[in-house]
Amino acid sequence: MTTPAKSEGAAAVKDGVAPGETLLKVTGLQKHFPIKKGLLQRQVGAVRAVDGIDFEVRSGETLGVVGESGCGKSTMGRLITRLLEPTAGSIEFEGRDITHLGVGGMRPMRRDVQMIFQDPYSSLNPRHTIGTIIGAPFRLQGVEPEGGVKKEVQRLLSVVGLNPEHYNRYPHEFSGGQRQRIGIARALALKPKLVVADEPVSALDVSIQAQVVNLMDDLQEELGLTYVIIAHDLSVVRHVSDRIAVMYLGKIVELADRDSLYRAPMHPYTKALMSAVPIPDPRRRSAKSERILLKGDVPSPISPPSGCRFHTRCWKATEICRTTEPKLVELKPGQQVACHHPENFADQAPQDTVLLTAAKEAAELVSDEILAESAETSAAVAAEVAEHDAEATPKEPAEQAPAADSGNPETDAEK
Amino acid sequence: MTELSKSGAAVGEPTSTSPAPTSFLEVRDLKVHFPTDDGLVKSVDGLSFKLEKGKTLGIVGESGSGKSVTSLGIMGLHTAGQYGKRKAQISGEIWLDGTELLSADPDEVRKLRGREMSMIFQDPLSALHPYYTIGQQIVEAYRIHHDVDKKTAKRRAVEMLDRVGIPQPDKRVDNYPHEFSGGMRQRAMIAMSLVNNPELLIADEPTTALDVTVQAQILDLIRDLQKEFGSAVIIITHDLGVVAELADDILVMYGGRCVERGPAEKVFYEPRHPYTWGLLGSMPRLDREQQERLIPVKGSPPSLINIPSGCAFNPRCPYADIPKDNVTRTVRPELTEVGSQHWAACHLTPEQRERIWTEEIAPKL
Repeated sequence: MTTPAKSEGAAAVKDGVAPGETLLKVTGLQKHFPIKKGLLQRQVGAVRAVDGIDFEVRSGETLGVVGESGCGKSTMGRLITRLLEPTAGSIEFEGRDITHLGVGGMRPMRRDVQMIFQDPYSSLNPRHTIGTIIGAPFRLQGVEPEGGVKKEVQRLLSVVGLNPEHYNRYPHEFSGGQRQRIGIARALALKPKLVVADEPVSALDVSIQAQVVNLMDDLQEELGLTYVIIAHDLSVVRHVSDRIAVMYLGKIVELADRDSLYRAPMHPYTKALMSAVPIPDPRRRSAKSERILLKGDVPSPISPPSGCRFHTRCWKATEICRTTEPKLVELKPGQQVACHHPENFADQAPQDTVLLTAAKEAAELVSDEILAESAETSAAVAAEVAEHDAEATPKEPAEQAPAADSGNPETDAEK
Repeated sequence: MTELSKSGAAVGEPTSTSPAPTSFLEVRDLKVHFPTDDGLVKSVDGLSFKLEKGKTLGIVGESGSGKSVTSLGIMGLHTAGQYGKRKAQISGEIWLDGTELLSADPDEVRKLRGREMSMIFQDPLSALHPYYTIGQQIVEAYRIHHDVDKKTAKRRAVEMLDRVGIPQPDKRVDNYPHEFSGGMRQRAMIAMSLVNNPELLIADEPTTALDVTVQAQILDLIRDLQKEFGSAVIIITHDLGVVAELADDILVMYGGRCVERGPAEKVFYEPRHPYTWGLLGSMPRLDREQQERLIPVKGSPPSLINIPSGCAFNPRCPYADIPKDNVTRTVRPELTEVGSQHWAACHLTPEQRERIWTEEIAPKL
């Protein structure tokens, strides 16, 4: 299986998964990096970079992944492209389990899953011409494109907005934005189905950032690509994504449609993260009270907090948050949240009302208006849900979270 | 609080012919050029601005627009740290509280640096010395300018760490930089730069290396400290969100020159330079409804060795052909007043710019 059949060619069967169906499915994915010490290099602990995450990527969509540095988003990207070996869990691509495929086993898959890297300076070999760089996927895969490699590379160059005559130039002759275009051309060479982009625009200047974002947008439309875009910039993620996963300390805390997430974030962390983004509008400066300041820093992923990992910095944390880890459940159609006391929704653990000491300290940093507003919306939703439940005949009362399926007549997650 | 004896009084009459300005900080026609094998890099090419005490100036621009070189120029760090044969060529005038810094004696400037003016750098890990504790570094900064014993200085360091929000400052003062997280290092840097109550604080991309939640904390801190100390602040960034948060005035740089300068509200709501329009259009915004598409600036920033003739922005400007006689490619536009305290350097007439902004650009943002 080390050398794939040459006959399949570049234009390999392009379908397989219809748009909207699950292309990639990740279950219980974990990656722990061991920490070794001493003469015998005994393992004394582990950095739990990714610690049990589940999600799906549907064909044709863009899934955005946001989080602060150290939350495990880049590790997640490297796991699903199988650049790293997962510690536990499974990854299915087009229904096939690829969790533990070896290098040879992965090679045919590499045509379908490609990656765009963050740093356009270190991800291109300085001693190769861009013709060689973009042509490398063809050579590695033993693919002979129609009309030859050179012609195809030149076509790719014009697709990403570079001059095809620059085929023989070296990376140092290009600017940052142009290099990122080269990286994109290389990723697209084999007509992949899934492109994982790790911070594709964060190293670029604002005006260039917009060019690359628009380019990725156009390419998705033309080629029917599926993207997983990992970024820390929430405005960029909102602009490009259909659905967004918010990560905190190796876990997904909220996974929702873009509009639901930005309009009514449910996890307190999501809310804090979004309120922290500086708004380019000097008139909004007086509205400083809208901002939620988080106390301190992200805890170490070597020994993450018990229960809900956000409880050490959350202004709503109660005893249950410290003891029980909340599960990622779908509270509203298309909005999954892992929280006992979500924002903009009915409390999931209403019996637990005593705040932790840490939460009281954290709440001091949050303005009263925000606290009042959040209590109000939660109460309103709770009332609505109760009403709805009274009307409808209760179905499957056992497993279902109290409000998982109600509140909205449309149960279909997709619109 | 410590009393500051102003060293400005010790300096004699300025040698320059132009009169001393009334503003706290005034930069006049600053040029910083670097000779290289490939040619002369004109990083800053004729920049002028003023800044009053208690005010914040935001300098915005892309990489290579000369923002950082300007700040290092004001601090006098281009000549001070030279180790190669080639020196930066600096001309112009920098007036700080009645003292002209470029013609002043280097020893005189050294006395001001750290005391009257100090700087927060982008990357706190490389700006802090890994071999000394945080406390030692703050103590050093304090004792250079104040004749006090180590104990007093250390008490002052703990006080400053506490002020910038570091928990358990009496213990953390003996930590090394690697024991601090990114946000705490930046706080420690701020503590160090404020330990002498400087009147001018230059923050060069102070939050670029930080996460948004930490960035919010640091911006808040800078704002509070400015209120408390009443210093003048220059904040240098590429993030329009950050300047909108902090700055009273905004200066937009492109290719080593100022293309637009004015009060923050004016620059955001009535920008009068096509490059500023481009920056605003390139930015996805959280506070607006979803934009269909971003409106990028085409092309890439100019090489500082080969700055385009005429208006430096002309190869990327969609309106470069509107003014007659190819003037955008031959004549360099000067800053002209387009409103009260609001200047822009563009060949388009004010009416044309007004029309393009209100009809074409603003509706799409």
